[in-house]
Amino acid sequence: MAVKVSSEWLNACSGCEISILNIGETILDLIPDKIELVHIPALVDSKYYGQLGDGTKLELPKATVGLISGGVRTEEHAEVVREMRDKVDILVALGTCATDGGIPAQANMWKNEDVLKKIFGDCPTHEPAGHPTEIVPPYTDSVLAVDEVAKVDIYIPGCPPHPDWIADALLALVEGKTEWALPERSVCDTCPVIREKKSAGGAAIKRPLENYTYDPDEPIEKMRCIMEQGYLCLGAVTRAGCAGKSGVPRCIQARQACRGCFGPIRRGAKPMVDMMGALSSIGQDAKSLVDRRALLNRFVGAHKNLRPLPQRGKK
Amino acid sequence: MGKMIQIQPVTRIEGHSRVVVELDDGGNVSDARFHVFALRGFEMFCQGRPVEEMPRIVNRICGICPWNHHLASVKATDAVFGVTPPPAAVKLRRLAQHMAYIPDKLLHFYFLAAPDFVLGPDCDPSTRNVIGIAKANPELARKVVRMRQSAAMMLEEWLGKVIHPVAAVTGGFSRPLLEKEREKFLEGYKEQLEFAKFTIAFAREEVFPKYTEAVESLGVIKTGFIGTVTEDGTHDIYDGKLRLMKPDGSYDDFSYEQYTDHIGEHIEAWTYPKMPFAKKWASGEFSLDLDEPKGIYRSNALARINVCDKIGTPEAQKELDLFREKYGRPTQLTLLYHWARLIELVNNCETVIQLLEDPEITSREIRSDVQVKAGRGVGCVEAPRGTLIHDYTADENGLISSVNLIVGTTHNQAPINMSVKKAAQDLIHGGEYDQGVLNRIEMAIRAYDP
Repeated sequence: MAVKVSSEWLNACSGCEISILNIGETILDLIPDKIELVHIPALVDSKYYGQLGDGTKLELPKATVGLISGGVRTEEHAEVVREMRDKVDILVALGTCATDGGIPAQANMWKNEDVLKKIFGDCPTHEPAGHPTEIVPPYTDSVLAVDEVAKVDIYIPGCPPHPDWIADALLALVEGKTEWALPERSVCDTCPVIREKKSAGGAAIKRPLENYTYDPDEPIEKMRCIMEQGYLCLGAVTRAGCAGKSGVPRCIQARQACRGCFGPIRRGAKPMVDMMGALSSIGQDAKSLVDRRALLNRFVGAHKNLRPLPQRGKK
Repeated sequence: MGKMIQIQPVTRIEGHSRVVVELDDGGNVSDARFHVFALRGFEMFCQGRPVEEMPRIVNRICGICPWNHHLASVKATDAVFGVTPPPAAVKLRRLAQHMAYIPDKLLHFYFLAAPDFVLGPDCDPSTRNVIGIAKANPELARKVVRMRQSAAMMLEEWLGKVIHPVAAVTGGFSRPLLEKEREKFLEGYKEQLEFAKFTIAFAREEVFPKYTEAVESLGVIKTGFIGTVTEDGTHDIYDGKLRLMKPDGSYDDFSYEQYTDHIGEHIEAWTYPKMPFAKKWASGEFSLDLDEPKGIYRSNALARINVCDKIGTPEAQKELDLFREKYGRPTQLTLLYHWARLIELVNNCETVIQLLEDPEITSREIRSDVQVKAGRGVGCVEAPRGTLIHDYTADENGLISSVNLIVGTTHNQAPINMSVKKAAQDLIHGGEYDQGVLNRIEMAIRAYDP
């Protein structure tokens, strides 16, 4: 009997769903014999209010596994999370928006009213106007990770998660397992670049306005660590796995620095605190980092990691 | 008392939306709307970020077209800092842009749109999907999955991330193309071109002829069109000038920075996205009225195919000639988006091959010097779903002080609403409808691939 899988996307970009497709031909061995997709708006015509659109309550079909990508930005997203939690045995948070808020949770640095005022207020292409209020679901108090609304059983982080891990987790669930987790290792643990471990002597952190030093004809093992070249790389505080089961971390493969898209190495760790420590430990001036609060929390703004700062000079 | 039909979620499209159809006492359509319930607020939370980080943030606007946002953004950052990338870097960006289109076109045609055409719009909704296609034609399905996968993976092999890329950087590109990669990709893209030619011939000869009536009526509205062309009017998805064409085929060409002279945005209380419109038409008025729309224009493949004078590669030009012979220019038939998309697919494969055969493509001169400064920059490229406009202003520390974004499907919010209403009015009479009818209303939306 095929395992029933139900999937939803919330405050998301659909990159996680494309990553599911990037599993490739393996997916044809899973669907439909081992996995039955009972609900996935990207691919299948299953509706909240019935096929004739005459239902009055948002309903999802029953399934063994529920996948949710995207964080929670509106009351309707929260309703979808609760409905799916009720209808599935195992709830999976897929992708960093679902596990930690992701990039959209950068909005948590502002109050909702300020976000709406900015978007619909001052703009070069229209006169200031009020924000939409009819039918559209209202914002939740902040951008939330899925586990801030309902219990999550399995976390598959990544922006997007690598297809290897999605396939691995799905296969485990198809085999009847109820637990799955990425190993707790850092991106640096899987990064092959050269580290000389010399202190930077209090140097300011450079902005990435030129290419890092490397010889394109040499393998990546001959490139020097981006941090040791004097720039910010979040590999030290980011969970490994972006390259899948093997291979060079994906941004490093493009000769670019990590920005933390797989979230913290351990659930609940604070990259901001850990990274400031890591920078100081190699002798870099952590305080020189431009825009450090947003940058070090780029993918983890849920769980109250980012919130509006008190306005100075106002009561 | 009338009745309300809610179609939610609209399926086999990207993202969250709902259609609400209102019927009057006689069971006829009094109104129909397409609502989008998501608003992430990039224009707010990009404020304060370092300009050079923007291409790695705004790619998250869309996980299907992250490359296009990444590239529009990097062009805007170049413009803010006043830097010109070396010619080879521009070629590498253009190569990535065309490479990224290919898996997207295959995804839309075979996975999202084809179930309606191959299995039929009235087919059982539980099988009207890509899995149904795989059952009906397992060999083709396997080939499609393999070709889409291989197109995505070549990009990943070269530049690490295929979804949410990082390789385009202000002033140029982070990594060159190596000779061994060039040779390997050339083989791969020759195979992609053959498959693209097979796909368009299959669609032209076996799929669309069965649906002539639907093509000529479903969601058909009269609008203008927007797209990018080069100086001589050639179709271009990476760089050029914007062309805004009126429904009668006349047009204005303008540079990116002039977009605010031509495009305004209208705000409705019942949907989060704004509705861009041509503000030089109809005395700056906006109206979704089906008989007398005001300011409405469309984006995406059909728009680009309508606004261009020609397309830059031989096989695609042959296809464009066939298309124009049959439907003229501009054509308003909404379902022809599917056909236009495949003309572009052929052009993407041919352009990738041309670029890979250019000796400069493996050059090591890929990044110019960048100095942080205050400024404003507008960067545009064409995403599969339409023109991307990224407008950034930065302070003297190179931190973003203001962002305005008008992106692919946003341009199509107004016309999608019109097509939904038109389809609903044409298909529902006297309160009679079934799931096949409601699916046809969704087909009008799917044409836009929102």
